[in-house]
Amino acid sequence: MTTPLLTLKNVSKSFAGNHALSDISLEVNAGEVLCLLGDNGAGKSTLIKVLSGVHKPSAGTLTVNGEPVVFDSPKDAGDVGIATVHQYGGTFPLMSVARNFFVGKEPTKGVWPFRYFDQKKAGEITVREMQKLGITRVTDGNRLAGALSGGERQSLAIARAVYFGAKVLILDEPTSALGVKQATHVLRLIMQARAQGIAVIFVTHNVTHAMAVGDQFAVLIHGRKADGFRKGERTREQITDLMAGGEAMAELEADLATLTGTVKIP
Amino acid sequence: MTTQAPAGGKTTSAQSPATSTVFVSQRSFGDFFRRPETGALVGTLLVFVFFAVFGGQQFLSSGGVASWLNIAAELAIIALPVALLMIAGEFDLSVGSVVASSSVTLAVVSGTWGMPMIVGIFAALLLGVLTGLVNGIMVARTNVPSFIVTLAMQFALAGLTLGLARVLTGSTSIPIPNDPALKAIFGTLINGQFEVAIFWAIGIAIVVAWILQMTKYGNWIFAIGGDAVSARASGIPVVGTKVALFVASSVGAALVGIIQTLLYNGAQTGTGQSFVFNSIIAVVVGGVLLTGGYGSVVGVMLGCLTFAIVNQGIYYTGWNSDWASLILGILLLAAVLMNNTFRRLALSGGKAKAKN
Repeated sequence: MTTPLLTLKNVSKSFAGNHALSDISLEVNAGEVLCLLGDNGAGKSTLIKVLSGVHKPSAGTLTVNGEPVVFDSPKDAGDVGIATVHQYGGTFPLMSVARNFFVGKEPTKGVWPFRYFDQKKAGEITVREMQKLGITRVTDGNRLAGALSGGERQSLAIARAVYFGAKVLILDEPTSALGVKQATHVLRLIMQARAQGIAVIFVTHNVTHAMAVGDQFAVLIHGRKADGFRKGERTREQITDLMAGGEAMAELEADLATLTGTVKIP
Repeated sequence: MTTQAPAGGKTTSAQSPATSTVFVSQRSFGDFFRRPETGALVGTLLVFVFFAVFGGQQFLSSGGVASWLNIAAELAIIALPVALLMIAGEFDLSVGSVVASSSVTLAVVSGTWGMPMIVGIFAALLLGVLTGLVNGIMVARTNVPSFIVTLAMQFALAGLTLGLARVLTGSTSIPIPNDPALKAIFGTLINGQFEVAIFWAIGIAIVVAWILQMTKYGNWIFAIGGDAVSARASGIPVVGTKVALFVASSVGAALVGIIQTLLYNGAQTGTGQSFVFNSIIAVVVGGVLLTGGYGSVVGVMLGCLTFAIVNQGIYYTGWNSDWASLILGILLLAAVLMNNTFRRLALSGGKAKAKN
């Protein structure tokens, strides 16, 4: 707990003079869930891309286990244990579950030129890892991933990241496309990963989901960190207000009042 | 049926071997309808029975069988690597001109210039490698769709072949001397009827099937065609794999160029152009998804057979051969519709049955 697993210090990113991120500082500890909250266009995606090695920050530093790092590609980020799971899990619907699980990291057997992708082993490991995450419906690694539900595909992607030794798991809006039941399942997976000592960065605009699992929170507005707090330090209303851009809403209310008389937006 | 089995497994934690065997056999029966080549198999059987009935004895005689096997074999040598490329989400429309230009290259080097035949063969293969490299690197570097890049290559190479052939030989038809050993390997007729290309096609099919189904490269090809961005994020060398596949399809076309040159003892500048569309028909009829990410070698082989049976079978019916293209057109559309149905079934993973 002494050194945070991942630290961002005064990170900025600009594209052709436009500041997408300004002066962001964050700390993520092992076994903790950091919720990154923000409206559309607040800079969440840019921040994820900086963390996962897609973009290099224009200014500021990233440190992993106290050591400064520079990522030239997503592979570099992956090598230090940072794994990103996108909204649809980065899964391939027309490939089998086992092929999905091991894509790019296929276990092989035999000697060249007869070295082959060990699909039996891949299938067994995939089914075992999926079962661990409570996906008991998958009993055969040869099933197409497209036959899984959205939540199951998220689980597949999370299981893959954890199996391949992710220390920091970045989940980009994992629950936003899911129904209530499946979203609950994904939240449970986040808690499971947390219990295994993985640092989870949970990106969402759903305050309820964030409050259910988060240990610490950061709210982004227009590329700036508008607020950072730990669990229990803010009420749901305060967070929602902040995300909706509190001041902007107050202004709108005032404007509406002058136009149509007194209106109170609930 | 299949949806019930896991539920049953949950209630009795120690599943008895008997129930699990029943479960497996039911599954594999259902799986048959969810394979990418099921639609292709139905198509092949359908046209085979159709022409066996209307073409009669002639169609089924060894001469008849040879006529469509030969067409299928030459087509397969090109269609198999083209299929890999399509599974990876790219087109190659330049194969027609590669057949012609490699054929002319071989004839100029070994015929006009009188060098040993093997030198001409290597020159023709080298031309295939170079064309594939240019196609692949252009697609990767410029982000211009491969449809356009290879279409441009198809026309440019056709012009270059015709122009250079006239400049170098003064003719569009170039003869080659006889080389019995190499002719036996590439361009002889076994029993006076069957091309050796049939064995080349079978050999290439085995290698391609191995790569696609059994190696990690096959997994990369499926992943790139499924979603290139996610594939790159998973650490797959997308550019390298695609360039290799473009080279493979051009080399396949060059091999057919060599086979035809040795078979007909010379090169024609206009040869092979029909392979462009025929290879796509065979691949799509064979169950490969035009947008990538799905397909199988068995399916492509069946697609080649289907194409060849229709192409040749019409001559044995005694009808005007004009109707062959009509049948092919209808077949292509029917095959794609059927393949879509089977793919949906595969994606439903057994849920479709429960709904009905």
